[in-house]
Amino acid sequence: MTIEVALFYVFALVAVLGALGLLLNFRNLVAGAICLVATMVSLGAIYVLLGAYFLAAVQIMVYAGAIVVVFLFVIMLLNIRTDVFTPSQQLLFKIFGILIAGFVLFQFLTAIAGGLPAFPTTPDGFGGYRDIAGALFARGDAREGTQVVGDFILPFEIASLLLLAAIVGSVVLAKRRLE
Amino acid sequence: MLTGVIVKIAFVFAMIMGLFAPLMTWVERKQSAVMQDRIGANRADIAGITLLGLLHPLTDVIKLITKEDVVPLGANRLLHLISPLLAVVPALISFAVIPFGGTYQLGEGTYNLVVADCDWGVLYLFAIGSIAAYGTILSGWASNNNWSLLGSLRGSAQMISYEVCMGLSLVGVMMVFGTLKLSEMSHAQDTTFRLLGFLELFGWVSVLPWWVDWIRVPNWGIFLQPLGCIMFLTAIMAENKRPPFDQPEGESEIIAGYFTEYSGMRFGLFYTAEFVEVVVIAGIMTAIFLGGWSIPYLSTQTIIDGVSSVIGTSIATILCIVLHVLTFWIKVCFMIWVQMGLRWLLPRFRYDQLMDLCWKNMLPLSLANIVVTALILLWIDGMAR
Repeated sequence: MTIEVALFYVFALVAVLGALGLLLNFRNLVAGAICLVATMVSLGAIYVLLGAYFLAAVQIMVYAGAIVVVFLFVIMLLNIRTDVFTPSQQLLFKIFGILIAGFVLFQFLTAIAGGLPAFPTTPDGFGGYRDIAGALFARGDAREGTQVVGDFILPFEIASLLLLAAIVGSVVLAKRRLE
Repeated sequence: MLTGVIVKIAFVFAMIMGLFAPLMTWVERKQSAVMQDRIGANRADIAGITLLGLLHPLTDVIKLITKEDVVPLGANRLLHLISPLLAVVPALISFAVIPFGGTYQLGEGTYNLVVADCDWGVLYLFAIGSIAAYGTILSGWASNNNWSLLGSLRGSAQMISYEVCMGLSLVGVMMVFGTLKLSEMSHAQDTTFRLLGFLELFGWVSVLPWWVDWIRVPNWGIFLQPLGCIMFLTAIMAENKRPPFDQPEGESEIIAGYFTEYSGMRFGLFYTAEFVEVVVIAGIMTAIFLGGWSIPYLSTQTIIDGVSSVIGTSIATILCIVLHVLTFWIKVCFMIWVQMGLRWLLPRFRYDQLMDLCWKNMLPLSLANIVVTALILLWIDGMAR
């Protein structure tokens, strides 16, 4: 077993344990968020092992660094206590969670059993996922990364416009509640 | 290969944890004393020898290790115990991508004086910097103390906000050097450029006297991106939460902020993290803006060509390596001195001023910096064609 394979198993184990910790933990929201961080950082490490360095850095920067920090910030600011959910509500969450997780697991298992499907090809101009994935997973070749903002400039700009609209919308909604 | 990496890690770790971190407490106390016309730390002695107060770091460490390690009742025990480590580890591993020397040909092999020479070095720094916030957030939450929670809320908001400015203020320098690799950035700064060369853009070549070509400036990030340099230093100092950006600690309002409930060496770890981060900030500033390991007006090739005829190429290369590593650490010491000076020179910000500085001043300025830099680069590119 090479050192890469050994590291892969270590990080895969941490990622799975973190995900399980997040799922099976109803009492403590902060501990759940920390489990999520462990999963995200391990996924970033697995991307490094795959040679997708850019994706690894973005994974850690955006998911582990920014999004979960905002989760934690909101949890602390709202001061959600451990007894916020009644036992009956907790049971309901558990049943829903098991149903959704079972559905996703079934989908994954059927997909893996039948061989992974090819990336869907889409018309030119809206860029196939395959090309974007190729650009992101590119092994050390920075020029392929420029495709994301070169050939796919239109989807890129549309996504940023959508985000801007979401920001403006949230500001308008928050203001209305103040008055 | 592996031995080389281990030697480099050992060197960097020894420099930071063995030399800089212990000395920093002494430097901070002595520098503040000099700036405030006091004598400063001078009491700790062994048989009457005080060594200018240099024994104080030793006594501090002995005191911190022997103190009782208190975990408050009602605290989340596990998170309370691990969060000092979450603060100190990101600070230590950031130094992996900072080059403390160039790339050298010595005999058969090529030697590269950086622990991890990754293409995505700057992104690595941002990624590690973004997970550094967990130490602050979790320590405050896990302590089960209102002051701690206030401190960690302040800390997380401050760190998220200044991360944005920190990233955007570096985009300009990334565009100028055209790389995210810190060793390539340092290498690109090993030359000079003509100070008045920009006049060629206006077509004024013929009116200039011949000696204008001799007025040259080192090709350093601070001269190419002065605004980006100042904003990056501000943002990364705010990330480190030291005065004048010490709102999360807020001694006069919230006791000691997020580490109020810590004692002994766990409290010491938060301080170690701050001091290590001061060294890391100095290293990043040196590598990106102050020319890294390069000696101004004396490029690597000039040194090797100049002395190799006298002492041979291999000894000249070794001399070059020693000079470059020394230059790097001298520049790091200078940046540490600047940070310590700013810490005692400037008054603290109020929290709304802190946020205003980030979102209302630095964010628009850094965006404008990116646009202006891009336009100038396009212009130069157009002239070259």
